[in-house]
Amino acid sequence: MIGSLQLVARIGGCGVLFDAERVDSVVEVGVVVPAPGAAASVIGLAAMRSRVATVLDVRTLLGVARCPDETRREGGRAVATIVDGHLYAIAVDSLEDVSTFQLGAAPAGLDTAGEWDFVTGIGEGQQETLLALDVDRLVARASALA
Amino acid sequence: MDDLLQEFIAETRETLEALSGEIVGWEADPSDRARLDSIFRFVHTIKGSCGFLDLPRLARLSHAAEDALAAVRGGDRVPDSALVSAILAIIDRIGDLVEAIDAGESLDDGGEALLIAALDAVPAAATSAVAVPSTATPPDPSMLAATAQRAGHKRSVRLSVDLLDRMMSGVSDMVLARNQLARHLRLIEDPRLEAMLERLSLSVDELRDTVTRTRMQRVEALFSALPRLARDSASSLGKAVSLVIEGGDVELDREMIELLRDPLVHIVRNAVDHGLEDRADRILAGKPGTGELRVVARQAGNLIIIDIVDDGRGVDTDRLVAKILRDQPSRAAELRGLDEEARLRLIFEPGLSSRDEVTALSGRGVGMDVVKANVEQAGGRISLVNRPGQGLTVSLEVPLTLAILNAVLVDAAGTRFAVPRQSVDEIVAVDGGAVRVDRVGTGSIVLLRGQRLPMVELGDLLDRAPAEPPRYLAIVSLREGRFALALDGVRDTQELVVKPAAPAVMRAGLYAGQMLPDDGLPILLLDCSGIAAKAGLTFEQAQAQASASVAVEPVRALLFLDVDGERRLIVSDAVDRIEKVAAGAVRSLAGGTWLTIDGRSVPVWAGQGVVAETVRTVLRLQADGLELAYPVEEAVEIVPLPDELSPAADPHGIIAGLAVVAGEPIEMVDPLALFAALPVAAERPLCLLHGSEGAWMEAFLKPTIEQAGYRVVRAVNPGERPAIALAIDEEADSAPVPALRLSRSRGQPLYRYDRGALIAALKEHRA
Repeated sequence: MIGSLQLVARIGGCGVLFDAERVDSVVEVGVVVPAPGAAASVIGLAAMRSRVATVLDVRTLLGVARCPDETRREGGRAVATIVDGHLYAIAVDSLEDVSTFQLGAAPAGLDTAGEWDFVTGIGEGQQETLLALDVDRLVARASALA
Repeated sequence: MDDLLQEFIAETRETLEALSGEIVGWEADPSDRARLDSIFRFVHTIKGSCGFLDLPRLARLSHAAEDALAAVRGGDRVPDSALVSAILAIIDRIGDLVEAIDAGESLDDGGEALLIAALDAVPAAATSAVAVPSTATPPDPSMLAATAQRAGHKRSVRLSVDLLDRMMSGVSDMVLARNQLARHLRLIEDPRLEAMLERLSLSVDELRDTVTRTRMQRVEALFSALPRLARDSASSLGKAVSLVIEGGDVELDREMIELLRDPLVHIVRNAVDHGLEDRADRILAGKPGTGELRVVARQAGNLIIIDIVDDGRGVDTDRLVAKILRDQPSRAAELRGLDEEARLRLIFEPGLSSRDEVTALSGRGVGMDVVKANVEQAGGRISLVNRPGQGLTVSLEVPLTLAILNAVLVDAAGTRFAVPRQSVDEIVAVDGGAVRVDRVGTGSIVLLRGQRLPMVELGDLLDRAPAEPPRYLAIVSLREGRFALALDGVRDTQELVVKPAAPAVMRAGLYAGQMLPDDGLPILLLDCSGIAAKAGLTFEQAQAQASASVAVEPVRALLFLDVDGERRLIVSDAVDRIEKVAAGAVRSLAGGTWLTIDGRSVPVWAGQGVVAETVRTVLRLQADGLELAYPVEEAVEIVPLPDELSPAADPHGIIAGLAVVAGEPIEMVDPLALFAALPVAAERPLCLLHGSEGAWMEAFLKPTIEQAGYRVVRAVNPGERPAIALAIDEEADSAPVPALRLSRSRGQPLYRYDRGALIAALKEHRA
């Protein structure tokens, strides 16, 4: 099995992998404008050149507590991706590396048929297990958060 | 229709150009099957469009050519050179005709029959016949000039939508860049730079307008074929339909128009076929014999909504369910559990026709499932409102894929938002004194110039902490009604490109899209109808009124010359008839004025100082079982009731207000006030004809008694109490109420044939 190019990032302390094919760019999000009433995962909107991105916080999906609102508004690092024609910026703590990974099957304990369906597999990082994330399902799950 | 015709002309011209090579090739080698096929397709398409566009000459030509070509394709005919030239002559003629239609000229019919005959003729005859049109009309200079002119008329090219999209987004970005540049250049304050920027700005604006127009088309283009379609569909079924089209000037993306054409045609056909009842059924159901079909387009936020409303029988969901159950018995449990809305949506299931028999029009092939799929493919939604027995409304909602909107930027709930300029009537400052905000229960009501409007606070909708009292109110006007949106601040208005927001944001139900103003901070566009829905505002009253006002015919009013010489108006529905009365039929009696007609007394309105004996014409008014005669000099004419009515100064008078008819202020009489002003007329005292001579009294005395202002009965109904009884002398004591004693013999007081004495006695009693 040939490995695929993955972007290694950290979200809420969790090491995750994004398929490099699906990553539009890695951005530094500036001022985030709130979008009251939107899904809980939506931090707000931010401009990326002449386009508007929806900034998502997916920490809750990964079982980690969300950032406090104040720090969320300041922006930070994010992974930009386009799903169904909409531009999203998925907020991350940090971006670590881009490298080739051999992805293994997700552990049986993880409900990958249900709530954790955005996890497509795992990769072995430095002394830790990295979760490979499916961008489309991740965004769909995040959009559905009340 | 014009747009459709233009399209047809452009398309035909284009195909003709492309086909010219094929024609030449086919002429060289008549056995070339591929070329034959493409020529066949051409005439076939023309034939199809012609029938639709009502171009009988083109239809005849193309039909004949199609027949001949079909025979060749079927192997029944060998394409000899005579046939080829006959076909070519027809195709040339089609080209000429199309150019003539485009130029709005008429082309003489010369030789068309010969051209058609040439298709079947023997070769020798054919060649000579074909030669006729070309030699019969020698080209004169004016014709040539006309042809040259035609060539310059409205040329068109086809472009891919993708290219247009890229052009559009390029221009949008350019507008943003221009705005940013303008902001920075203003700081420099160099007049030369400003002048240059001004020029750039103008051309950017012009370019943007042009590019927008390339993609936008009036929805009229979509509607133009509908009147004919509805008429033809209805007449083939023996029904009558009147089609009302509104909002044809709404602009829609060209691509969307193409995508919506088929679904719309299908829905209209369905409405005529399944929705509208037969004439007889309609009349039985108490509806006008002619069915009404309304197609209304409107823009709401970033959506275009097209409603197709019929006043037919609606959808019988019970039959729908029964039909599905018959075909798929296994779904019984599922079907039982459906609510009414879900049952209605069964209509979108594949392979379903709500009618059992197949008709000439619909009921075969495409069903509502295809319509739904088509609409959804266009990114739209289809919804139904079923009014059983009253009709069905099909609403198509499609996104306005690109839109530059004039938006007001405002602050609310601690965030900056944009509101579409077109839905804001006005913005008022709360401390300006023009409005008052009253807390009512959990909400607020705004009093603005005597009108009460519900107030909506975004903070409340978003479950935020109670905000400070609003400083501004945007008076938002929706189709359904108006409400006030509480604002903390108002910034400015900007023209911005609206783009769709992500689903995660749209699910708030408050936003119509997102925008990026030139300061580079994204901004959400508020969806005013969404906000109203979320706030639970209902505008039922306004809605009911709106639908009632479109459903009824324009109200008519009768203009008449009143007895005091004034011209006045009265709603003509209130007037039962205009009646000439005999001299003396109107009398002032019993403290009122009465008209004796058809053996009865009808109270007469005497408010305008009428002299009873002079009345010759009355308006007979009827309302709620009451009758009234309104004396007039003469009836003038029936006029449509003016929309504007200035209310009268005296709210209790019989004048409802002032209307302007033909530039003249005319008093409008309020029929209800007339009836209300005649309590005596409404409740005339009862006179009981008592005893064995009741029948005689009824026959002889009733008119007299009624003229005196009484109502006459021979037996008292429970709950009624007669004011007086009338009885023959010896029976008077048994009457339930004091009775006037009629005597049988002349000379006695109140002799029974003494009419004058009886009236006097009755009047005396009433007084």
